[in-house]
Amino acid sequence: MAGLGSTAWDITAAGDCDLSFPTWGAMGQAAMIGLGLAAAQPQRRVLVVTGDGEMLMGMGALATIGVQRPANLTVVVIDNERYGETGMQPTHTAHGVDLAAVARACGFRNSKEVRKQSEIASLAEMIHVSHGPNFAAIKVSDEKPPLVLPPHDGVLLKERFRRALLGSSADVLAEKR
Amino acid sequence: MWPDEVHRELAAGGVRLVGYVPDAGHKRLIELCQADPAMRAIALTTEEEGIGLAAGAWLGGARSVLLMQSSGVGNLVNVLGMVKVCRFPLLMIVTMRGEPGEFNPWQVPMGEAAARVLETMGVAVRQAGEAQTVAAHVRAALRIAYQAQGAEAVLIAQQVIGIKSFQEQSNQ
Repeated sequence: MAGLGSTAWDITAAGDCDLSFPTWGAMGQAAMIGLGLAAAQPQRRVLVVTGDGEMLMGMGALATIGVQRPANLTVVVIDNERYGETGMQPTHTAHGVDLAAVARACGFRNSKEVRKQSEIASLAEMIHVSHGPNFAAIKVSDEKPPLVLPPHDGVLLKERFRRALLGSSADVLAEKR
Repeated sequence: MWPDEVHRELAAGGVRLVGYVPDAGHKRLIELCQADPAMRAIALTTEEEGIGLAAGAWLGGARSVLLMQSSGVGNLVNVLGMVKVCRFPLLMIVTMRGEPGEFNPWQVPMGEAAARVLETMGVAVRQAGEAQTVAAHVRAALRIAYQAQGAEAVLIAQQVIGIKSFQEQSNQ
């Protein structure tokens, strides 16, 4: 799952695939989409990658996730302390709001701030292995790399994800009546 | 009682996740869902979170329902855009405030606007004006939501809920 804006471009630059769900709107909901998926698929690992502005808009989601304690969910905030799509205005994290501390206070099992490239390997291990919910805020510079845009058709993004995850059952109506 | 009938419809329709922002009118339905081992009831800090939850659940193959009161409809507006553009199935059950019998005038504006706000954002609205019609509306809405990838809201009239004063509410 990726939040709208830079993190949607980031996961696409890293390699778009059917099991990516980049959002183009619904600001503030990336972490909750991750929770819904994590609850529906407890045997799979779920990663949310979003920005500091997107996370701040839906900060209550950290409390909801902290209460639900999904073991298979990691939320990573790529924190450049800016609204990157709207003119690089500072977000609250530029003024000291500490999202990793918020996540910890909300009951995330693991929560950390990442500032060095050398810490990425252990972050990857947390994403793939650690009993969650896990949170990391990766502090990055506010550069603007070339945009790599994902597909923008919402139905396409939804259906490709469901088919990749659920196989042929994605298109079958599970009607009990 | 209508909450028991609605719970049976949700169970029969394969609903696994129940997002909710508490409302006195939903008290019994929430408790029934919490007690059902086939369902997971998830308390939310704001109704918006229920849209993300429902979208993620459907990406993972699970059906869900979102329970709220009419004031919460106002919190949903922008994120309903995702439901429309992605054609996510969505089932909401909304208990109405701000209708005749309301004791709190601050509930009236959003109560009056709730149905129009939902329809403006592409959500089909079903008005359940009497207790005995609620379950049938939920059954129909659930079916359309998950067979036709539609966004559906069942609005339960305040006269069905029947809460008129703080005193009555606190006695619940």
